[in-house]
Amino acid sequence: MLLIKNGHVLDPSSNTDEPLDILLDGSRVSKVGANLSAANVEVFDAAGMIVAPGFIDLHCHLREPGQELSETIETGTRAAARGGFTAVCAMPNTQPVNDSASVTRGIVERAAAVGIVRVWPIGAASVGSKGEALAEIAAMKGAGIVAVSDDGKPVATARLMRQVMDYCRELDLSVIDHCEDSSLFAGGVMREGPRSIRLGLKGIPAQSESICVGRDVEVAMLTGARLHIAHMSTRASLEYVRGAKKQGLLVTCEVTPHHFTLIDEDVRYDSHYKMNPPLASREDRAALIEGLADGTVDAIATDHAPHHPSSKDVEFDRAPFGITGFETALALGLGELVHPGKISLKRLVELFTTGPARVLGIERKIAADEPADLTIFSPDHAWTFRAADSPSKSRNTPFDGRSFRGAPMATIVAGRIVFRR
Amino acid sequence: MLQRLQHLLGIEDLTREQISFILDQAKPFQEFHRHPLKKLATLRGKTVALAFFENSTRTRISFATAAARLGADTMNLQAESSSLKKGESLLDTIWTLEAMRPDGIVIRHSSSGAPEFVAQRLGIPVVNAGDGTHEHPTQALLDALTIRDRKGKLESLRVTILGDILHSRVARSNIHLLGKFGARITLYGPAMWVPPELESLAPNVRRVSRIEHALDGADVIIVLRVQTERLHEPALAAEEYILQYQLTSERLRLAGPDALVLHPGPMNRGLEIDPNVADGPQSCVLEQVTNGLAIRMALLYHLVGGAASEAAPAPATTGKE
Repeated sequence: MLLIKNGHVLDPSSNTDEPLDILLDGSRVSKVGANLSAANVEVFDAAGMIVAPGFIDLHCHLREPGQELSETIETGTRAAARGGFTAVCAMPNTQPVNDSASVTRGIVERAAAVGIVRVWPIGAASVGSKGEALAEIAAMKGAGIVAVSDDGKPVATARLMRQVMDYCRELDLSVIDHCEDSSLFAGGVMREGPRSIRLGLKGIPAQSESICVGRDVEVAMLTGARLHIAHMSTRASLEYVRGAKKQGLLVTCEVTPHHFTLIDEDVRYDSHYKMNPPLASREDRAALIEGLADGTVDAIATDHAPHHPSSKDVEFDRAPFGITGFETALALGLGELVHPGKISLKRLVELFTTGPARVLGIERKIAADEPADLTIFSPDHAWTFRAADSPSKSRNTPFDGRSFRGAPMATIVAGRIVFRR
Repeated sequence: MLQRLQHLLGIEDLTREQISFILDQAKPFQEFHRHPLKKLATLRGKTVALAFFENSTRTRISFATAAARLGADTMNLQAESSSLKKGESLLDTIWTLEAMRPDGIVIRHSSSGAPEFVAQRLGIPVVNAGDGTHEHPTQALLDALTIRDRKGKLESLRVTILGDILHSRVARSNIHLLGKFGARITLYGPAMWVPPELESLAPNVRRVSRIEHALDGADVIIVLRVQTERLHEPALAAEEYILQYQLTSERLRLAGPDALVLHPGPMNRGLEIDPNVADGPQSCVLEQVTNGLAIRMALLYHLVGGAASEAAPAPATTGKE
């Protein structure tokens, strides 16, 4: 039994926003109320802290199976716990690709054995994510996938997207798409604009993303399926999602902390500024923040993409895309969104909890008999992020050495404290 | 106070004073090339690594000759060499070179930013001999020396750059350099190779949509090489390029008889430039080559010689140092 005392409970699902204690019994919540006490319990003093439902990350790469030099389920979930995440959705672009029930089962079993937080696998939409034949989606659902995606690349064609969506509507799964038009992307390494011209780096026009978002919204209209746009980075993409929501389509989207924090003008010859989609323009960043505030954006997702230092410490145009993100996500949300008054603390919690849960078609709340997954954080705790101290196997982050106000203080999964600052 | 250069990575971060200083330092070396005995002992005992990760003949020979005439030894690494073909990383390659203790390194690389990447990781001066589509600072410096000699000044010139500007590191370095001296710079070429963002590189840069507007009143015309080998874009037919963009004798007349014609070489005669223009009285092409040597000697002297901001040695007194 674990009693969380003196904290301020913030649960968007029930509009709870008051000082309450929470008693956990085993892996479930037993009681929520004022001034709770119980005999023979461990007490966590959450004075000055926010107690929220467990954070969910809709988008990460744990690199297992196949790329364990960069990350494993164990190291990745340890980093996730430090970031306050109680569940992370692992993208299927592993080696082999998670396109069959046997790979899914392997991930689920490995996570059960060594995972620090819950791992919810996402299955490939097509075999090998090659964009040809449909993957064994129903079998993977039976083995534990929570959504499908060919992440790393877009679902190849509108026709395949139609088939995937039709099938996933029947299976009640969201289709998550990494939106990019490869003919416009064409080997680019950063966002096309004044900065790419100055640095002489091949640019990727913003339309590479939005053309594909537009296509997907059209196919969502055709099929009525649930569509989720991954790591959305531009104003035009956001407008497509806003329009789709107005029409009542089941279209959702996520934004990464780096896209609401950094812009293309920040890019220098340092591969820690190289990610896909690339850092967008100042105007795009402003639009994303507006979308995070007004509800158009459903979730903050990290796109935690670890790459071993030897693969990132190369010429900018030869480096792989991606940065790590678990440990800085909440602090960036507080620092860039809440503290400057762009969104409320409650809205931030929503973007990490009920928002991503809704994308997956599940509930996330603090109530008796619910799983005891909780994220306890301080909106004010001052700290400095040191990539060298991260449990992740990789160090590829532009936020190394950055000082923050606000941090995860404890992460509780199934009633166990898996991280404590 | 003149900020001493640690490296030469690009023109963008140089001040006007630093540029003028380098050009002034090159002056005595220009004279020096007319001497029958072309060897100094200034850098005797120093070693310059020439790391050409991308193929180059002209620039490599120019740097090698500049180093030799200063008395330095050179280590050569060429793109076709085996370690690069075997996929050795840039980091491993430069660490290997560094272990042989060179006193400076000249780098050409197909990746923009590679010289900066190296400079951040090595403790010796780095000279950028052309990186990707970013900068080619020694080319801009030798162009500036050529222009200053012919025009008597660098300030407030009307400069036109013709061709594939998007993929040109020469154009970027020239825009930065001449922009710092108040040039009004006009860009003209196929629209897909002259994106609007180029206008943000320096003040007073503008694009025009007709070659007549580009050439009218120009003091200096820089013709870029059509780098067919670099392009992934749908290629423009050569006939179209000639018809629309070639600098012909007739078009050059729009600019007037005093206009200078520069080309970084190697030229595609008959493609971007009419042979009559290339060989005509307004062409500075061969002077550019000679001035390239002087600029590179001045830079190696300054960066590798560790001579702080002292004046260049008087080349006539060979071997004094």
